[in-house]
Amino acid sequence: MRRKIIATVLAGAFSFAGPSFAADNSVEVLHWWTSGGEAAALNVLKGNLEKQGIKWNDMPVAGGGGEAAMTAVRARVTAGNPPTAVQMLGFDITDWGKQGVVADLNAVAAKEGWDKTVPAALQKFSKYNGKWIAAPVNVHSTNWVWANKEVLAKAGVTSEPKTWDEFIADAEKVQKAGFIGLAHGGQPWQDATLFDGVVMATGGIDYYRKAFIDLDQKAINSPTTEKVFRRMSQLRKLVDKDFSGRDWNVASGMVISGKAGFQMMGDWAKGEFINAKKVPGKDFLCFRTPGTQGTVSFNSDQFVMFKVGADKEAAQAKLASAIMDPGFQSAFNVVKGSVPARTDVPDTAFDACGKKGMKDLAEANKKNTLVGSIAHGHAVPASLKNAIYDVVTRHFNGQLDDKKAVAALASALKQ
Amino acid sequence: MRAGALPKLLLSPSVLLVLVCVYGYIMFTIYLSFTSSMLMPLYDWAGTASYQRLFAQENWHVALSNLWVFASLYIGVAVVLGLGFAILIDQHIRAEGMFRSIFLYPMALSFIVTGTAWKWLLDPGVGLEHTMHDLGWESFAFGWIKDSDMAIYCVVIAAVWQTTGFVMALFLAGLRGVDAEQISAARVDGARTWQIYLHIIIPQLGPVFVSAFVILAHMAIKSYDLVIALTNGGPGRSTWLPSVFMYQYSFTRNEMSVGAASAVMMLAAIGLVVLPYLFSEMHKVKNG
Amino acid sequence: MAERRSTGIGPDRILLYAVLLSLAFLFLLPVYVMVVNSVKPLDEIRSGNLMALPIEWTIEPWLTAWSTAQIGVQPTGLRPYFVNSFLLVVPAVAISTLVGALNGYILTQFRFRGAHVLFAAMLFSVFIPFQIVLIPMAKTLGVLGLAGTVKGLVFVNVVYGIGFTTLFFRNYYAAFPHELVSSARMDGADFFGVLFRILLPSSAPIIVVTVIWQFTNIWNEFLFGASFSDFSSFPITVALNNLVNSSTGVKEYNVHFAGAFIAAIPTLVVYLVSGKYFVRGLMAGSVKG
Repeated sequence: MRRKIIATVLAGAFSFAGPSFAADNSVEVLHWWTSGGEAAALNVLKGNLEKQGIKWNDMPVAGGGGEAAMTAVRARVTAGNPPTAVQMLGFDITDWGKQGVVADLNAVAAKEGWDKTVPAALQKFSKYNGKWIAAPVNVHSTNWVWANKEVLAKAGVTSEPKTWDEFIADAEKVQKAGFIGLAHGGQPWQDATLFDGVVMATGGIDYYRKAFIDLDQKAINSPTTEKVFRRMSQLRKLVDKDFSGRDWNVASGMVISGKAGFQMMGDWAKGEFINAKKVPGKDFLCFRTPGTQGTVSFNSDQFVMFKVGADKEAAQAKLASAIMDPGFQSAFNVVKGSVPARTDVPDTAFDACGKKGMKDLAEANKKNTLVGSIAHGHAVPASLKNAIYDVVTRHFNGQLDDKKAVAALASALKQ
Repeated sequence: MRAGALPKLLLSPSVLLVLVCVYGYIMFTIYLSFTSSMLMPLYDWAGTASYQRLFAQENWHVALSNLWVFASLYIGVAVVLGLGFAILIDQHIRAEGMFRSIFLYPMALSFIVTGTAWKWLLDPGVGLEHTMHDLGWESFAFGWIKDSDMAIYCVVIAAVWQTTGFVMALFLAGLRGVDAEQISAARVDGARTWQIYLHIIIPQLGPVFVSAFVILAHMAIKSYDLVIALTNGGPGRSTWLPSVFMYQYSFTRNEMSVGAASAVMMLAAIGLVVLPYLFSEMHKVKNG
Repeated sequence: MAERRSTGIGPDRILLYAVLLSLAFLFLLPVYVMVVNSVKPLDEIRSGNLMALPIEWTIEPWLTAWSTAQIGVQPTGLRPYFVNSFLLVVPAVAISTLVGALNGYILTQFRFRGAHVLFAAMLFSVFIPFQIVLIPMAKTLGVLGLAGTVKGLVFVNVVYGIGFTTLFFRNYYAAFPHELVSSARMDGADFFGVLFRILLPSSAPIIVVTVIWQFTNIWNEFLFGASFSDFSSFPITVALNNLVNSSTGVKEYNVHFAGAFIAAIPTLVVYLVSGKYFVRGLMAGSVKG
């Protein structure tokens, strides 16, 4: 009997002695990048990992900008077989961190110096309770405007608008010239993306923070907010009659093909222009939402690492490391339209808009004017984000007037 | 024959599975609705807070009124059309098989396919309206799907298209099961075809109406994939149904307890509607 | 109608056929749109009319959807997931049909207390919205060790098919001539004897109804397929969703339509081939109530 006990203890000791000899060299990644440029960009990561002997098991679940994927994650975690890594945005990452089912990446982070190279505003989401739990892949920003140079020229618009009123005036000129002023897709998240830019342009960074991150009721229930909705109504007059339900890339297509003059959209839109062989500066313009130059409202796709068995940890660490590799960050973001999540990646491979994006990000990071996007889950958690969507989309669709919208917003965001 | 141990034993796996995986889970959901669950289940006690929040949501009221409109139109139109198609096909027509297949095949398609195909057809920019304009009919307007007030009717159209064939099959089977002698007797008495249908055949289809209603009600409640594929709940939130509400609040908006509360409300409503039918079924079994 | 009437070409008949043909045309419209646009090159779709016939026919979209379309990171097309779906559907349909037959037999050919309550309870289970089921079932599958496997998906689909399959068979066997069963019993047939030698052989119509219903529902099911599978087992509905709902890149609508059609082919075949038996099966007292 004693021999049995000793044998069991020894066996137990050996299994804790270090990495198991039957290490699982595969990672299962759940994401929603299922086509075109995004999938190609992710394929780069897959290739890099395969060179290190790690097999990539792909679990794509498309739809709704991650909606279906997030549902699947809940089931996977509840069932006890979470994927190695899951693509996530903003406060969703924090919410999962709270559940205590995520891995600790501090070892890799310390070795590679992530604390120094990742902007603080991103780290707010990548870390939970001081531990790194996710590896950011990119930084998108939402306060961009994309314009068709030729359409603008035909409408008599000669330079990028610098103030909001100039912007509206220019868009109206485009409309009068027979084009569509603002190419827009009437989906709640797109309406909210417009909202991001308008809020920043109208109240500046302090108002943005106070009202939509700190949720200060006085800031929300203010004339500034009413002005924001008034400006949203101005934008409403610039869209075409079929805007409802249109996909964002179809709206980009309208600008690309010369049917519309402007689109207010995050920098993933750049990918559409590049795919259509358009050249920044020559065929299209990219500039910050007038009134927001100097600030960046961002959202960052991050791969959250879930707690997996000891045999899978080595592969998981390699995945995290591969995501943060500067070479990969450059290659991925050149394709995706966003900018690297590390501030020490050279901008040589990026086009003019990409270079501008990186410059703006570095500047905003230094001046502390880098804030999370309201529309993309980086300002407030999901329940509040969707409550904002409800108000913004109802207002945009004419179901609420400006004053009622302010009241509805205040009530929805009441803490 | 009185049941011995074997039949009861063999029935018990099904009973157990249904008990756990249906009623057990319903109990779990009811419990969740009294908690403050957000991203994942939280096992605390929050009283009726989630129900209060539920009833304060405009989205819920939109979903309820949409369900009322959708369910009554969907069930009503599908039954009328299904019966109508069945009567038409019952007229000894040639190529009955072909017509029957044409009306029945939409049932084979998944809601994603149905929603996508109809989304295209109903889109004024590229679908029916655009085609009519191209053909010269300039004033034709069919932009319902982009209109907050009318979009729900588009969901009705797609749903009716999908299931009418099945209802037709139910009625066709019912029609052909009616006693032939009664019909010949009525004919001998000089009754016209439509009178025979109205006074003899249709009244005997009572059970078929009930079955059709059960199946259609079940699909109306579960209509999530179709709405999402067709309108994604839009324009704005105007085509939300309770099933969409439940999914959104439970999984997308991280308000699982509110989603659970909405589920409880839905189940209660289903119970109210279906329980009478179940009681009648039980009655029938009891009385042989 | 049981009697044959003279089927000459009167105005009545012409009207009848006219109505039927227009209805048939309306019913075929969505599928026409899908098929027609799945054989057009992309620029034609963008610039042209949805309902116009292709100027240039191409089978590329179908080939792409089948074997090279991007479903995730790798360009595999729908083919591997087609297989996954069959691995899921065939056992699930077989098991749930058998279970339904067994339950229907027990509930109608035996008397015991609470039989009608049990039937009502099973029947009510068809109304449960699947979203409620997601989290607790995930936990259950995890506990049973079935998470992420095809076996787990089969289990889930069987459980939620019990209500309908039992309904179909129970109504069918309730209308079954009782004398056949009693005489078999008097000849010494035991429990399984009655089931396998008397009931099942005459159950072809209702088996067809059940198989069609279950095949369609399980083949087209998405929520469970996305949530309870893992990278190696997810079915074609998830793959199709990935194909059609991709968020960026050029939306290749022609490939989407081809893919949607490919995903629908098995169920379409099942319906078209057995449509006749479907009606017969319904006639044979199955869902009459």
